[in-house]
Amino acid sequence: MEMLEFRFDSKPGARPTDPALCGVVGSGNLEILVQPSEQPDCCQVRIKTSARGFGATWRAVIGDFAASHAAGGTAIAINDMGATPAVVSLRLAQALADYQGGAL
Amino acid sequence: MSLSLTNRHCWFEATARARINGLLDTGSFSEILPPAASQPSPHLAQLDLPGAFDDGVIVGYGQLEKKPIFVIAQEGQFMGGAVGEIHGAKIVGLLRRAAREKPAAVLFLIDSGGVRLHEANAGLIAISEIMRAVLDARAAGVPVIALVGGSCGAFGGMGIVAKLCSAILISEEGRLALSGPEVIETVAGVEEFDAKDRALVWRVTGGKHRYLMGDCAMLVDDDIAAFRTGTTAFLADWREPAPSAALLRARQQVLENRLAAYGTLRDGLQVWAALGVAQPESVPMLDRDSLVALKEGLPT
Amino acid sequence: MSLNDIFDSLFPAGHAVTVANQVITGEAMTAHGPVAVLGTTDAAAIDHAMALALSAFILDTVEQHPGRPLVFLVDTSGQALSRSQELLCLNGSLAHLASCVDLARRQGHASLSLVTANAVSGGFLSFGLMADRAYALADAQVRVMDLRAMARVTKIAHERLVELAADSPIFAPGAESYVRMGAIETIWPAPSAGLLEDALAAGQAAPASDRRMASGQERGGRQLAAGIAQAVGA
Repeated sequence: MEMLEFRFDSKPGARPTDPALCGVVGSGNLEILVQPSEQPDCCQVRIKTSARGFGATWRAVIGDFAASHAAGGTAIAINDMGATPAVVSLRLAQALADYQGGAL
Repeated sequence: MSLSLTNRHCWFEATARARINGLLDTGSFSEILPPAASQPSPHLAQLDLPGAFDDGVIVGYGQLEKKPIFVIAQEGQFMGGAVGEIHGAKIVGLLRRAAREKPAAVLFLIDSGGVRLHEANAGLIAISEIMRAVLDARAAGVPVIALVGGSCGAFGGMGIVAKLCSAILISEEGRLALSGPEVIETVAGVEEFDAKDRALVWRVTGGKHRYLMGDCAMLVDDDIAAFRTGTTAFLADWREPAPSAALLRARQQVLENRLAAYGTLRDGLQVWAALGVAQPESVPMLDRDSLVALKEGLPT
Repeated sequence: MSLNDIFDSLFPAGHAVTVANQVITGEAMTAHGPVAVLGTTDAAAIDHAMALALSAFILDTVEQHPGRPLVFLVDTSGQALSRSQELLCLNGSLAHLASCVDLARRQGHASLSLVTANAVSGGFLSFGLMADRAYALADAQVRVMDLRAMARVTKIAHERLVELAADSPIFAPGAESYVRMGAIETIWPAPSAGLLEDALAAGQAAPASDRRMASGQERGGRQLAAGIAQAVGA
C-alpha cells in the first residue's frame, strides 16, 4: 500500500459542514470522503492506495481536478483499490458535487 | 460503474448505502459511526490494503413507514462483505443497542461470504458474537429480519446468522448457503459441485429454491422498492415469539422430516418435483408473482 | 489420548456416554452433580444428521433434566462439504443447533465446551463457540483455515502471513490466539476432573451474557472490538 498527500490551490467553493462519501472500495474502485478544511483556497488530498508507484499519475489527476473545480476549502480522503485515472476523476467530481449539493 | 436507467433501483447492483436510502423513509436514516468519524482497519493496513472508512458495514437507525427501525447493511463490493474485527463489532454494538432500545425491527442487509480471512480468528469470533446478539435482540422482542439479494449472498458464518434471524426475505438473485460452491468443487471435485454451472448453483442455493423449501419467508423482486414493500408487509403481520423449547422441537421435527425425505437428492429440480411442482424445469423461468402463486398452491 | 481416556480423566466418578457416527451423547457424574455430555469426535465434518442429533439431545436435556449443565466435547474439521448438504440448507441446521444451545442457556443450563482435538470454522461456530465458555486441550488445533490455504485465497505471500502470524492473534491459527482474543478461557495441559470442576463452578458463578469482547480487550488480543461496540451501542 502507498500513502500519498497532495495540496493544490483551488478556487474556493461552497463548504457545507456535512461530509460526503462517494464510491466503494471494490477491486478497480475507490471511495472518496470530502470534508471542509480550514484553508479556503486550497484542496488537500490524502490517499491510501493498494497499487504502488503511481505517485506521478495521482499528482496529475488531482492537479487537474483542483484546477478545473471549485474545490478550495476541502479536505479529501481516498481509499483506493486500483481505480483507473478516468474512474478517479469521475468519482472526485461526483464526490465534490455530492458534498456541495448537500447529499451524503 | 454507472447504473443504467433500467437498473437504477435494482438491489443486486446497488451499494449498501443506496439500498438503505431506498429501503427506509426518505431522509430518515442516521448513520452511527459515520465514515468521517472512522478509520480503516489497521489489520488490513498491516496486510498492505487501504481498507474502508466504514470497514464494509453501515449501521444506524431510521424509519420504515414512520416506525423506528435499526439497520445493518453489509457492503458486498468491499472484501466480499466479509466480517473482520471492526465490521463485526459495529454489528454486535447495533444489535445490543436494539435489545435495549427496542425499535420495531432490525433490518439486517446481509451481503457476505462470511469470515474475512485476512482477520480470520477475529472474524470467526465476531460472527459467534453476532449469533448471540441476534438471539438476544429477538429474545428482547425485537424482530431481526435478514434481507438477502446481493452479489455475495449469505454464505459461511453469515449464512448461519441469516438462519438465526426471525425471517429471511430473499430475491431471485440472492443466495443462501454455508460453503461456497468453489470450495466444495476444490475439495470434493467438479462432479460433486460444478461451481461454474450458474444455473445449478442457483438451483441449490438460490432465492427461488430457498423460498420453495420454506427456508425463506418471502421472495421479492430484485428491486429496492420491492424489498421495502415486502419488509413492510412482513413486519405488519409478524409478532416476535419468545424463545421456547416447543418452537425448537417443532423446528427439529421439520428438519428431521426434510432430511429423511430429501437427504439423497442433489438438485433443486428433484426437490421441487417432490414438493409437488408439476413442471420443475419451469421454475427458473417463472417471474416472482408466478412462483409465489405456485408455492401457495402446493400441497402442505 | 483416546476418547475413552478423555472420558475417564474428566469423569472419574462415572460416565455413560455413547458414540454413534462420530456424535457423542450421554451423561456423567461430577462433584457438581450429573452433567449432559455431548459433542463430536474424530474430526467430524458436521452434516445435517450430526447437527440434528446434537440439537435433539439438547432439547431432551432441557425437557427432562432442568438445570443440568451441558459439557460439549469438540472435535470437528468444520462443516461437511457436499452438494446435497447445501441443497437442504446446512447453515439452517447449524443455526438450529446454535439456537438450542442458546435456549438451554436461557432456561438456566450452564454450558462449557472443551476442544479435544480440532475446532474449525462452521463446526466450531455451531456449538463449541455457543457455550458460555470454551476451553481447549494443549494440543488442540483451533483455526479458520491453515496459512497455506489462506495465502492462496487472499493472494498474500505465505511467508508474509507466517511472519505476521508470529505476533498477531488476529489470524494466526492456534488455541493461544483464541485465548488472547477472548474466545477461549484457558488451555488445559490435559483433561482433568479438577479443571472441569473449576470450570463448572466458574460457569455457575458467572453472568450468562457474552463477555468475550471485554476479555479480548483485557488480554490484548482484540484491541478495537470492545470500544467500537460500546461506541455504537451507547
